[in-house]
Amino acid sequence: MNAFSNSMSGPLALFANRLNTLAGAERQAAAGALARTGLPDRKFEAWKYTALRALGKQDYAAPPAQVDAGTARALLDGVLQPHPAMATLPRVVFVNGRHAPALSILPDGVDLSFFAHDPRFGLQAAPDRDPLVALNTALAEDGLLLRVPAGVDAGHVLLVSLGVAGVAPLSFHPRHAVVVEKDARLRLVCVQAGQGAYLHNPVMDIRVEDGATLEHVTVQAEAAQAISLGTLYAHVGHQGVYDSFVLGLGGQLVRHEVHARLAATRAVVHVNGAQRLGGQQVGDITSVITHAASDCTSRQTVRNVLDGHARGVFQGKVLVERIAQKTDGYQMNQALLLSPDAEIDAKPELEIYADDVRCSHGATVGALDDDQLFYLRSRGIPEQEARQILIDAFLDEAIALVADATAQTFCRAVLAARFAGKGELS
Amino acid sequence: MPAVTQTREAVEKLGQSSYKWGFETDIEMDMAPKGLNEDIIRLISSRKEEPEWMLEWRLAAYKTWQAMTEPKWAKVTYPPIDYQDAHYYAAPRKKPGPKSLDEVDPELLRTYEKLGIPLHEQAMLAGVEVPEGERMPVAVDAVFDSVSVATTFRKTLEEAGVIFCPISEAVREHPDLVRRYLGTVVPAGDNFYSALNSAVFTDGSFVYVPKGVRCPMELSTYFRINAKNTGQFERTLIVVEEGASVSYLEGCTAPMRDENQLHAAVVELVAMDDASIKYSTVQNWYPGDENGRGGIYNFVTKRGICRGARSKISWTQVETGSAVTWKYPSCILQGEGSVGEFYSVAVTNNRQQADTGTKMIHLGRNTRSTIIAKTISAGHSDSTYRGLVRVQPKASGARNFTQCDSLLIGDQCGAHTVPYIESRNMNARIEHEATTSKISEDQLFYCRQRGLSEEDAVGLIVNGFCRDVLKELPMEFAVEAQKLLQISLEGSVG
Repeated sequence: MNAFSNSMSGPLALFANRLNTLAGAERQAAAGALARTGLPDRKFEAWKYTALRALGKQDYAAPPAQVDAGTARALLDGVLQPHPAMATLPRVVFVNGRHAPALSILPDGVDLSFFAHDPRFGLQAAPDRDPLVALNTALAEDGLLLRVPAGVDAGHVLLVSLGVAGVAPLSFHPRHAVVVEKDARLRLVCVQAGQGAYLHNPVMDIRVEDGATLEHVTVQAEAAQAISLGTLYAHVGHQGVYDSFVLGLGGQLVRHEVHARLAATRAVVHVNGAQRLGGQQVGDITSVITHAASDCTSRQTVRNVLDGHARGVFQGKVLVERIAQKTDGYQMNQALLLSPDAEIDAKPELEIYADDVRCSHGATVGALDDDQLFYLRSRGIPEQEARQILIDAFLDEAIALVADATAQTFCRAVLAARFAGKGELS
Repeated sequence: MPAVTQTREAVEKLGQSSYKWGFETDIEMDMAPKGLNEDIIRLISSRKEEPEWMLEWRLAAYKTWQAMTEPKWAKVTYPPIDYQDAHYYAAPRKKPGPKSLDEVDPELLRTYEKLGIPLHEQAMLAGVEVPEGERMPVAVDAVFDSVSVATTFRKTLEEAGVIFCPISEAVREHPDLVRRYLGTVVPAGDNFYSALNSAVFTDGSFVYVPKGVRCPMELSTYFRINAKNTGQFERTLIVVEEGASVSYLEGCTAPMRDENQLHAAVVELVAMDDASIKYSTVQNWYPGDENGRGGIYNFVTKRGICRGARSKISWTQVETGSAVTWKYPSCILQGEGSVGEFYSVAVTNNRQQADTGTKMIHLGRNTRSTIIAKTISAGHSDSTYRGLVRVQPKASGARNFTQCDSLLIGDQCGAHTVPYIESRNMNARIEHEATTSKISEDQLFYCRQRGLSEEDAVGLIVNGFCRDVLKELPMEFAVEAQKLLQISLEGSVG
């Protein structure tokens, strides 16, 4: 089984050992697709602004069989601690991509199984179109398979992913699937954290059936050295609602890629987000929202605050197919640059084939407003505090869009815990 | 409201949907054999009586081109182009060196008359067509396939110190100027088509406005592809010195044909301290028939550099023609406080495809740019706005405002907006907004209720939609552009 070793060049070579020893037709096909395309470089239009050079030069090993339980427990407590209400919610915890039963509090009222026992790849994520989905398909070990039965309100479920690594890099590739059946409801909060050098490469396949609602909040607080490259596919049925928000706080390089498809009439999709980055961090929010039926609504508000040498990337495409008349689409991306070395690259994109639509997008880039600062300082607020107020207010306009009050409070608390008392003067 | 009257007249006159510039002129042509190789380039260079450095420059560009591949990122599709299946040089056969218009082939003059381009200065000055005083005289350089056939008002311009001549003549007469600036804004290897153009360009205009001179009249170049199986590769270079200014307009048409013809031009603008260049284009190459047969492939590289402080470059374009358009007039804002502007109306109908927009590269402090792009799609066409705003680390205080609006007419067309926004300076401010919609039922109803036919109503609304751009055109051309919009959209409603 050494079929691909010669053709794996660039960063893909870092996974070659594992890709060459795969069993199963689906995994081998994915590895074959990868060997043909390689991992994307900047010549791929979708990867124009994000280079995978960050993967470095060292091979990525499979995670070890045992992880120190105390370390994982401490990471979990640490990431949930900012908002105490989180600790008691039902949760499914993965450590290095594998289910950790000892840390989990499994939810009731939902069908729950695991990819490790029931490896189904799902239909939406296509390895031949997306190299990172192919990498996941080839190397996925475990993942959450969650089904909310028709008509059930399942309340909150936390999906926590912890990376526990040392200096030598390892990678894990969880494969999750979430189905919210007809008229059912779920509040899903994904939390990502860890320590050491690892690559987290999850794929999540979401189906929101007719009349169902999924509120989905993702908090990315990966380890400083970590790379996280996640792809999410969401399929939304008639009058279904997929309301999502991502809070990006890094890793070294974090990309959150969402493909949402409004597949039947009167579906609603929100793909909102906020990023707060500093140092050498790169954060990339990429989305493709496809209107494939009439009378659907999509909304997107993304706010970026970039300090130090951080670079923020936003790529948001709204595709309106010919059949999708009466589409209502709105997209707004705004960036605040706090330092002379920070950078934002934004590419909001409209691709429209139906004529009876109302679609618009906007983008702004700028620094903190001097007039606003002056206003606050003239009222006796010290400069540092005044800046903090303005930054918080800027991000809060996106966080306020989170409908789930618990998750909203959690997002604010995580931000406050991370940046409290840290000067923004640069 | 004269605009409305104009529009109505235009529609009435035209009746059936047609491309009225689609005739072919039967004229004796001097053509190079088909194909592209070093010999052809040597032939072009020798026909143009070029100095040795120019030939070397062309050959170097040809080498570069051979190593390049066609760009594929634009949102357009077309069958592969066989670059060996075209004539790279076609010129009206003429007696050597026509010294005045009297020596120009009368057939040619009739062609330009049909196109409404007056080459007879006397006629214009005497006010035969338009009463004197109502219209500023316009100096015209007419380019027919590969060569410039006539340039008017050269005396008047010379008195002011302005050089306005075919670029092939400039290569011979003003080699120092050409050599200093040619290829400095768009290097030969910039992209596939600029390399091709640099190797085989045949004619185009050269403008030089010396320090402190405000060019006394509008300058205009009229490009016409006439011969079959030819490509047109014109090259325009405009240099405006400190404190000087010029307004320049180009227009273009081609006969109707089943085959596709390639037009790959390069335009370079250089503006020094306090200089200002206004470059307007009314692009009306043959767009192909309603089934998408024939039409021009318009793959053009246009770029201006604001080298001096407080200099200004303004691009205004009305794009109604071509089967496939691929064009991004750009500004490099290098001088402190320099200004770049881009005003565009792009109309596509039938099977046309346009991928057009601009690039604003902010290098200097306090540079400003404005982008207003209006896109109208009808029939089975696809139209894309693709624009880049980049602020480099040194461009403190840079400012950009971008507005892109798309209008869809009919449910078989597409309109796309792809802005790229890249900022590396915290003190820059960038704002971008874009909308896509169709003509509102309410507006249409309002007009119909007052007795306008549906077509007239659409014309009125479209003119309103494009107003922000049309008002930037020199007056005479604004009227022409308005008519053109009407004609281009004919048959797309009801």
